[in-house]
Amino acid sequence: MKIHEYQAKDILRQYGVVTPFGTACFSVDDAIKAAQEMGGNVWVVKAQIYAGGRGKGGGVKVAKSLNEVRQFAGEILNMKLVTHQTGPEGQIVRRLFIEQGVSIAKEYYVGMVVDRSSQRVCLMASSEGGMEIEQVATDTPEKIHKVFIDPVSGLTDQQATKVATKIGIPEQGHNEARVLLQGLYQAFDQTDASLAEINPLALTTDNHVIALDAKMNFDDNALFRHPEIVALRDLDEEDPIEIEASEHDLSYIPLDGNIGCLVNGAGLAMATMDIIKLYGGNPANFLDVGGGATAEKVTEAFKLMLRNPSLQAILVNIFGGIMKCDVIAEGVVMAAREVQLTVPLIVRLEGTNVKLGKQILAESGLTIISADNMADAAQKAVTAAARS
Amino acid sequence: MSILINKNSRVMTQGITGKTGQFHTRMCRDYANGKDCFVAGVNPRKPGENLEGIPIFATVKEAKQETGANVSVIYVPPPFAAAAIDEAVEAELDLVICITEGIPVRDMIRTRYKMKDSKTLLIGPNCPGIITPDEIKIGIMPGYIHKKGRIGVVSRSGTLTYEAVAQLMELGLGQSTCIGIGGDPVNGMKHLDVLKAFNEDDETDAVLMVGEIGGTDEEECALWIKDHMQKPVVGFIAGVTAPPGKRMGHAGAIISGGKGTAQEKLVVMEECGINVTRNPAEMGKLLKAAL
Repeated sequence: MKIHEYQAKDILRQYGVVTPFGTACFSVDDAIKAAQEMGGNVWVVKAQIYAGGRGKGGGVKVAKSLNEVRQFAGEILNMKLVTHQTGPEGQIVRRLFIEQGVSIAKEYYVGMVVDRSSQRVCLMASSEGGMEIEQVATDTPEKIHKVFIDPVSGLTDQQATKVATKIGIPEQGHNEARVLLQGLYQAFDQTDASLAEINPLALTTDNHVIALDAKMNFDDNALFRHPEIVALRDLDEEDPIEIEASEHDLSYIPLDGNIGCLVNGAGLAMATMDIIKLYGGNPANFLDVGGGATAEKVTEAFKLMLRNPSLQAILVNIFGGIMKCDVIAEGVVMAAREVQLTVPLIVRLEGTNVKLGKQILAESGLTIISADNMADAAQKAVTAAARS
Repeated sequence: MSILINKNSRVMTQGITGKTGQFHTRMCRDYANGKDCFVAGVNPRKPGENLEGIPIFATVKEAKQETGANVSVIYVPPPFAAAAIDEAVEAELDLVICITEGIPVRDMIRTRYKMKDSKTLLIGPNCPGIITPDEIKIGIMPGYIHKKGRIGVVSRSGTLTYEAVAQLMELGLGQSTCIGIGGDPVNGMKHLDVLKAFNEDDETDAVLMVGEIGGTDEEECALWIKDHMQKPVVGFIAGVTAPPGKRMGHAGAIISGGKGTAQEKLVVMEECGINVTRNPAEMGKLLKAAL
């Protein structure tokens, strides 16, 4: 799960990370009021969307007067912000964050993720603040310093100070940098984060260390113990189809092709997309109905796929294990009747109760193209999609 | 000998009284030598009870002492599953197989840390389990699709493993042992650990290795294979068409920061001399050709 910058900063401050003073706003008037109340003579007007790259897309502006705050807030609020992470369709800006301006001497990067190889949380830091860490990793990997954090001792004083030194924070900033980095780790650990990033981290002209931006993602599997984080979820930032799929406990990801896929199991679902592409077609979605799919769940899955206007064929690929083929077949028949199927349906069933499943499909009177194996199914789906 | 489990393994089920635990313990008991192999269950609130004759104990330690069980399979719900693994590790079992999907990564980081100096091996979590066909099955895979033979299978997914097994069976190739290592980012045995075991197993002639997007385990395994593996290995990686930044069903199946793509893995595997296919319908054929 993702949250906004201002929400991430609220969390990080609770753990001792220093940020500029700021207020989240939902209207231009709110923005002006907030700027007036916090005082000063420089403010940063920031679009709040989940995607990164906001600055380059025109979603972050420095205002030197209240008039400019009004102007920029008006321009940014409700704009369709396009960044490299939103895709060409962009994202509507519905929330603003007004922050006090800070006089910056130097910018750095710090971030935390779970490192799969060492099975620990990894602190990454770099002298290249404001840059995409992926870009730095490609161009100048020697500039990224990594520390693997022991889950029992946490980020130690020595480790934190060493990182601060390596990325070039001057000595008078080391104490504050250490407190900030240790706070970042505490926040990451205590909230079950999957990513925490401060980019840029700034050294101010008066030698303070401060988080200018913040990004946090959380482990979906741990949300059951963090109602306070679930409450931050902004549904406007998520794909409505993915939200609906998650309500039915379906794992669904829309793609830009025209062949819908309904598969049991994540690995087989990916392999099904791959083989469609291999035979010259284009998958319209990833869809794993999971191990305990019922007829109702299959019907919901069909409805989701059919919502896609480019859909030209549906391929059902099921390898029954614990899930029985006859249950899936019943679900397919029920769904096809309920949703008025308008595109060719290709079904490949294998595994537990396969004969019974095929019999149910054959006796249903539905026009179903049946396939004997995965290759046959993919080829038939590609041909059918090309014809319709 | 097969790897990790055989008809002499003695297994306890942690979470035996839940719906899933009950169902699959029954299915496993009814497969091959299951009746002799599945000897105990654990539930701290129901000691003294039994599941159709399988005695239930309060703790893993007791179950081990009373029945000699050396392996555990876990169906405990996600909030408590990591603690269940810890208990099995503290009781010094040989092998723990955690089927549970949805364990928080933070819990697994701590559990793996505690396992640092332990001799206990962990398969999973979020996995279908392990089967040595016609001897013993521990997990949720359908037993009947397998047959005893000399091919090792290792995969991060469930149904894609069944698909691979079915393709082998169509060509008359049975399996020595099939293992699903699971789809989570922080887990127990990796492809590499399983390949090492297959390399030393005199009943395995060749290995089918199925991977997917996310992480670098397949690459690390491929580098080891290049220098050490004495048996043919063929591979497939799922997710060539997966978009970056999206979690493809499995918590660990995600391309993040441009890393963990299927293409990258396939290239490294090929460079290490592993025959790979980009067609998931040809895993069986590829293996047969390598024999």
